[in-house]
Amino acid sequence: MTITPDETVTDPPRALRTPEPAGGQLHRLPRLNSVLRMSEVQAAELADQPLEDENDQTMLVNMGPSHPSTHGVLRLMLEMDGEIVRRSKPIIGYLHTGMEKTGESLTYLQGGTNVTRMDYASPLFNELVFSLATEQLLDVEIPPRATWIRMLMCEMNRIASHLLFMATNGMDLGAVSMMIYGWREREQVLRFFEKVSGLRMNHNYIRPGGVAADLPDGWRDDVLFLMDMLPPRLEEYDILMTGQPIWRERLQGVGVLSPEEALALSVTGPVLRSTGIARDIRKDEPYLAYDEVDFDVLVGSYGDSYDCYAIRLNEIRESIRIVRQIVENMPKGDYRVQDTKVTPPPRTRIDESMEALIHHFKIFTEGFKVPEGEVYVAVESPRGELGCYLVSDGSAVPYRMHIRAPSLVNLQCLPHKMADGLVADAVASISSVDPIMGEVDR
Amino acid sequence: MDPYLLDGVDFGDVVLSVAKAILAFVICLVATMFMVWFERKVVSRLQNRIGPNTSGPFGILQTLMDGIKLFFKEDNIPKEADPFVFRLAPYLSLIPAFLTFTLIPLGGDFNNGNDGAVTVFGRETFLQVADPPVGILFFLAMSSLGIYGIMLAGWASGSKYPLLGSVRASAQAISYEAALGLSLAAVVLVTGGLSMNSIVMQQAGEGFGGIIPNFNIIVTGFIPFAVFLIAGTAELNRPPFDLVEAEQELVGGFHTEYSGIRFALFFLAEFMNTVTMAAIIVTLFFGGPAGPAFLGSTLGWLTGMFWFLLKLLVFLFAFVWFRASLPRFRYDQLMSLGWKLLIPLSLGWLLVLAGIRVARNGDLGIADSAFGDTLIVIGVAFAILLIGMYVLRSAMTNARRDRLIAAGFNPREVN
Repeated sequence: MTITPDETVTDPPRALRTPEPAGGQLHRLPRLNSVLRMSEVQAAELADQPLEDENDQTMLVNMGPSHPSTHGVLRLMLEMDGEIVRRSKPIIGYLHTGMEKTGESLTYLQGGTNVTRMDYASPLFNELVFSLATEQLLDVEIPPRATWIRMLMCEMNRIASHLLFMATNGMDLGAVSMMIYGWREREQVLRFFEKVSGLRMNHNYIRPGGVAADLPDGWRDDVLFLMDMLPPRLEEYDILMTGQPIWRERLQGVGVLSPEEALALSVTGPVLRSTGIARDIRKDEPYLAYDEVDFDVLVGSYGDSYDCYAIRLNEIRESIRIVRQIVENMPKGDYRVQDTKVTPPPRTRIDESMEALIHHFKIFTEGFKVPEGEVYVAVESPRGELGCYLVSDGSAVPYRMHIRAPSLVNLQCLPHKMADGLVADAVASISSVDPIMGEVDR
Repeated sequence: MDPYLLDGVDFGDVVLSVAKAILAFVICLVATMFMVWFERKVVSRLQNRIGPNTSGPFGILQTLMDGIKLFFKEDNIPKEADPFVFRLAPYLSLIPAFLTFTLIPLGGDFNNGNDGAVTVFGRETFLQVADPPVGILFFLAMSSLGIYGIMLAGWASGSKYPLLGSVRASAQAISYEAALGLSLAAVVLVTGGLSMNSIVMQQAGEGFGGIIPNFNIIVTGFIPFAVFLIAGTAELNRPPFDLVEAEQELVGGFHTEYSGIRFALFFLAEFMNTVTMAAIIVTLFFGGPAGPAFLGSTLGWLTGMFWFLLKLLVFLFAFVWFRASLPRFRYDQLMSLGWKLLIPLSLGWLLVLAGIRVARNGDLGIADSAFGDTLIVIGVAFAILLIGMYVLRSAMTNARRDRLIAAGFNPREVN
């Protein structure tokens, strides 16, 4: 099968490519031609063509959208030379539900239920970034206890999300037991979430103005139990995977991304840090109270899948460190802002006061009006920079809501990580980027 | 040869042969069913799960239920597939698996110089379906044939993932069969015979000091066993060498397009091969039905069966254990492990064993005694082995460096 490049973008076939001269600007991006630029129509036409050239032996393989290791419904069009992936093209949109558009018809209080479903592995971060953006538009100051509860929940969520990564990464490389172990530990964290918010996922716990409810009695014991349980389990992972020769062979030097490539592709999160760039919004532009806790930003040195794995494993440990500090320093006080414009009256007041009932009803049906303006807020989600861009026209619903989804942006680096690797390496690369398709397609 | 076939063949001998074949068939099927259940149950416990527990006691009938379900599933043949080969492939995979099982001595009393024969209906016979003089070569032949099933299945599916799987299967089979054969040659060398019965008999004797058994794992010096275990696991396409059906890479590998009973046949063949391979390992390196000689044979001919099942279970557990704890190899790593480590190692070890054997016969005359000869030969052989390993290693390092430089890497960064 002959693969002719797109008319508009003329990439020479990989075999014909000459190396860029040393010192040239493009030399810094050695795998510029790793993206397969071919439309579906062209691919379909090629399938019917007879084999023209004996030497041109590449074939097109569609990996996904229903492939076991594409983490949901990611589809990759691979140009393969035997087992070797030459160029590839990620195709997205199979999980598109129009959440951003839906967000324009939901009030700010309802918005949380919408955004929480985007990155379903770390829902609290979506709620957090939406709430922070709304609060910035409203110009309200939330009480310290709410801030610290948010931080606690988010770090716990980061642990859960990275545990999920451990599970899926293990599974993608054939260590099937790891999958069960990862899910097992994540389940423990989710149980705590259920106790706090009533739901395992899609909590709508963090809301504009604070959090939905105060932490339940005995939360401290639950958290400390988890924090005592996890470190020995992480040691087990080290035994099962980190020190395992096959595991190291499979990940080291696989899916290497250079810092220049990573920056050019605006990759964020653990994938960016694996290339050696210490970019962590928690540290660089502290939000919540991250400037009051002590933690390290972990960076890798090679930018390969092994670094991505190691960073995430150790970020769990850092998160445990943060959570321990939060448990010690949790302030007392209100868990939501006492601004009657934003916060509904407490449940007990509704039974006593007609005004409170009306007030409650109005807030949940009409919502609250937010001053005109636009705002962009970013937080460090387990996958990278999660941003929320809100435009308000002064009504009770956002005029425009846009989420900068780290999974979507990080997907760009996939063809570069996968180029000239084997199929097994492609799987490792997908896994190390850890995309959540709900967030990619929104 | 089986003793009952030595003095001509009469009608009774034919009946006995048929009865043995049917019995072995049933044992094989039951063992396979058990293996599927055993694997699922053990892997579940290793993974913090319960595993099958609904059908029958401890879920032991789960395999039967799955079989019944698969039997009634729609049998789907893809439009692009080659219908004849597509239908043929599962049988090509299953029949060699069955045939290999006929080689295995399942029991019998091998103590005190007995040859493991039992008397059935007045006829002396081994507890194995057939003991052909080519013996272990038949096993190699069948395991090569079994690969055809997988290869043709992938090719005939007319789909890309199965094709990749079948290409992997053939490459894997070729690379690992060499290592398998070479490590097997070490066993044949010390046994001096190919027939499975003679291999078991040779191991049944009293070993060093009467306590340590005379098993081939000790006699051949462990390395052939290690190579055989690794190559055997690769030959079975079991984790960590299950690239042929790597779910995360190739969806289902060669059986992606198969459904219903045809898929069940592949599944059956795979587990049958696992049982057979464990049995072959036990027979070749652990004396098969022959227990440690000093323990005697208190149960008569059942002793052999007891020891055989015990050893078999250990290896079946080991296979399941591999699956639960090891990540999968990558294609090129698999190839380099086979070609660069296992084959040179087993070849070198075979030469060492052959040298020692020649020296012990006392024909060399380098030193005054056969013992002196042996020492010299061992010294020289190990020296050659080490030199060979060094040369091989440096050749591989150089080749790798050349490749990296040719691929455009900076020569200074490549080491």
